[in-house]
Amino acid sequence: MTEQTIGQSVLRKEDMRFITGKGQYTDDINIRGQAYGYFVRSTVARAGIVNVDVSEAENAPGVIAVLTGRQLADDGLGTLPCGWLVLSKDGSGMKQPPHPVMAADAVNYAGEPVAIVVGESFQAAKDAAELVVVDYDEKSAVVDLATVQDADQLYDEVPGNISYDWELGDKDATFTAIDNAHHVTRLTLHNNRLIPNAVEPRAAVADFNPATEELTLYTTSQNPHVVRLIFTAFVGLAPEHKLRVVAPDVGGGFGSKIFVYSEETAVSWASRRLGIPIKWTAERSESFLADAHGRDHLTEAALAMDEEGNFLGLYVKTRANMGAYLSTFASSVPTYLYGTLLAGQYKTPSIYVEVEAAFTNTAPVDAYRGAGRPEASYLLERLVEIAAGEMNLSPAEIRRRNFITEFPYQTPVALEYDTGDYNASLTRALEMADWDGFANRKAEAELRGKKRGIGISCYIEACGIAPSQVAGALGAGVGLWESGEIRVNPTGSVTVLTGSHSHGQGHETTFAQLVSSRLGIPVEDVEVVHGDTGKLDFGMGTYGSRSLAVGGSALSRAADKIVTKGRKIAAHLMESTEDDIDFDDGEFRVRDSNLSKTFQEIAFAAYVPHNYPLDELEPGLAEKAFYDPGNFTFPSGAYVCEVEIDPDTGETEIVKFTAVDDFGNVINPMIVAGQVHGGLAQGIGQALLENCVYDDTGQLLTGSYMDYCMPRADDLPDFDVDTTVTPCTHNPIGAKGCGEAGAIGSPPAVINAITNAIGVRELDMPATPERVWRAIQEGGRS
Amino acid sequence: MANISVNLIVNGKAVTQECPANSTLVDLLRDQLQLTGTHVGCDTSQCGSCTVHFNGRAVKACTVLAGQAEGADVVTIEGIGSRESLHPMQSAFRECHGLQCGFCTPGMIMAGIDLVNRGDASDEASIRSGLEGNICRCTGYHNIVKAVASAAVEMGVKEEAEG
Repeated sequence: MTEQTIGQSVLRKEDMRFITGKGQYTDDINIRGQAYGYFVRSTVARAGIVNVDVSEAENAPGVIAVLTGRQLADDGLGTLPCGWLVLSKDGSGMKQPPHPVMAADAVNYAGEPVAIVVGESFQAAKDAAELVVVDYDEKSAVVDLATVQDADQLYDEVPGNISYDWELGDKDATFTAIDNAHHVTRLTLHNNRLIPNAVEPRAAVADFNPATEELTLYTTSQNPHVVRLIFTAFVGLAPEHKLRVVAPDVGGGFGSKIFVYSEETAVSWASRRLGIPIKWTAERSESFLADAHGRDHLTEAALAMDEEGNFLGLYVKTRANMGAYLSTFASSVPTYLYGTLLAGQYKTPSIYVEVEAAFTNTAPVDAYRGAGRPEASYLLERLVEIAAGEMNLSPAEIRRRNFITEFPYQTPVALEYDTGDYNASLTRALEMADWDGFANRKAEAELRGKKRGIGISCYIEACGIAPSQVAGALGAGVGLWESGEIRVNPTGSVTVLTGSHSHGQGHETTFAQLVSSRLGIPVEDVEVVHGDTGKLDFGMGTYGSRSLAVGGSALSRAADKIVTKGRKIAAHLMESTEDDIDFDDGEFRVRDSNLSKTFQEIAFAAYVPHNYPLDELEPGLAEKAFYDPGNFTFPSGAYVCEVEIDPDTGETEIVKFTAVDDFGNVINPMIVAGQVHGGLAQGIGQALLENCVYDDTGQLLTGSYMDYCMPRADDLPDFDVDTTVTPCTHNPIGAKGCGEAGAIGSPPAVINAITNAIGVRELDMPATPERVWRAIQEGGRS
Repeated sequence: MANISVNLIVNGKAVTQECPANSTLVDLLRDQLQLTGTHVGCDTSQCGSCTVHFNGRAVKACTVLAGQAEGADVVTIEGIGSRESLHPMQSAFRECHGLQCGFCTPGMIMAGIDLVNRGDASDEASIRSGLEGNICRCTGYHNIVKAVASAAVEMGVKEEAEG
């Protein structure tokens, strides 16, 4: 009998290559004869380009060519699209100024690529890039998000620098609820801007074959098929059948490797134009300047309540920073991934949200772990925590009073939650965190001169954006299904191809567990292949915690098809009928008999069809499935953070962090816990450490690891994590998704704990020692 | 840029290698010797992905010029164990799920071994403090700390057995 591994912490199949240094990341790939690209980037945030003088650089030693944004435009290449059309309140489409692959006429953020130097070595290209002279007609930069509408207009077609002015929900009902409320809690906050910082920098190796006109691009992507589609349909680099995009081992993404960027596109174009392979690997300073950033919302909100603290209405007004251009999925983040999440876990009857998306002379902003949902969760859970204090209710009680308890539940902001048990996760989290013992711990901390605080956050997220038809009606430019293929080899081992992409998530193991359990074969007999448009027809990639719920469901369907065909083959071999064949644990059995065939025997028969129903059935055993989900999935959870603050320095130590998540059914608990740990670190990083800062001329001040504070091992506590389970009702696995939860639920828990400790109402992230110290001086409890 | 010739020992083998005079040790390892297990994640010596052992101590290979490695004994991730015979630190990272994307992992493993060898991995706080020079964006460090602690026990046991 094959060991059943669903629900087991199977050690990861992919680890062996990584722990022995045998992973293959994009920068590890070298093509014979390759040249190296280095980008000349704008040194200013906003300027017209008067002239680009490449003459000295072209003649520098080891330089093959210097190609400019002007040449790229003259070659007829398209611009980089934004794939989600959001409409404004008046029904007009978002305003989308062209996003050039490299700037030709004007630059709009410091770091924007202007030219690429192609050299025989990295050093030659980098040295020569210094010799390119760009004559800028510099203009004053628009940086301050709060005042963009009064600043210089950046694009002719974008009055007030607002791309769109979007709304969702019932305005009248919400304002009526606020007008008639017993109490209204109001809050203004800034959700701080972050830089994703996957530890592997973005990279590309483009290899154009002038004879076949085939272009192969190895690149750090979370969704290589989408790169291929955009390169063909929008940029016009090569037709899809002549374009292969390979995303090999990818060193973390967190959203930042979803997008189609200038650099990978320009390197591909340069390879085509020059007919040679070209490699580009970002230096970290380039990652800071030109990876899509995350968050950056200014928000004001009002929560209306009755005498009992029941929520009556929620009004939210947000201005979201888009940066200089609309990145690949940027427009969807502060709208359909944010406004729709504002019900949280609560049965607030009316909600109205309006969002202005603003252009500034900063790097483009797009999805970063959580993408819109952390912003929604942070706002709501801060608001609820403050409301609890103002209503003299405990933070747990005000939440319990308002929890949604009956499912399915239609929120006032478009989503229908299929399932959940919010009280179960909160109860478990409070128990694990020893909530009741907090008063004693606080008193003990006082004796040591420390301020101790505790905070709760109950988050919801929506994963696996879907269904495609609904998303399309809302402006999505792509489908949101996933593909999966199972190829059974003649000897019974299995090759699984998935359109999902793993860049740390462990799909090679989780998907192998899933398929092995469906087919009753050992996990070792399953190999998972992903990340290569040359191997798999199409796939949508990995983002939005969708891989298991959507990609896994596609594989589940493909496995069903394998079993269906296997039963037909088995019926023939055992002279029975398909309806009389049962399949269980890798064996096809004739019901009520002792006749059986193993999975391996059926596979062999399919490929050596000597005794086979060839008149009814094709030989071979390989099946494909495309799965388009019927709904989002809705993971949820309750987090409790406990902090100790040194009032003399303002330094915050997280002394205990408890996370209880409901991800539905879990295939590999070890991997799921790991995803939570990583998400928590990023959320705590946002709450305590990380902050992207531009000066008022648009220069990035936090452009290195010396200035941008990344969470390190000694900044973080040991995490206490657990799960509760309500299976997703509409996918065949019952899974909901776990990749982003930690980053969504943790920031408000941390800030709620700090404000609880020092007795201030409001405190913006990151809660650096300086900010906390100042807050204490300016009115916190001394 | 003129080339220089560097003589050093890499993973137990004597190597003489030409490289540009301004190459760093990590350039030499990755570009000349094709030892791509050592990674580069930043340009300010902050991330620790390039950590190797240099005369028995962990160093960030981006902070050492190739020329400075003349005569040195350098060990990289490729030199500490193999699929058939993993170093206890490698095994511990796998068993504790101390890696996700794998990019920082070689540097973490090399730093972790050095931490244990120096006797600085006695408890969670000292492990966290000792790994301060290595950035991981995936794991939240939770399982990395557990892996180093677990390997420390294993390595201690092994050392006693050998001693």
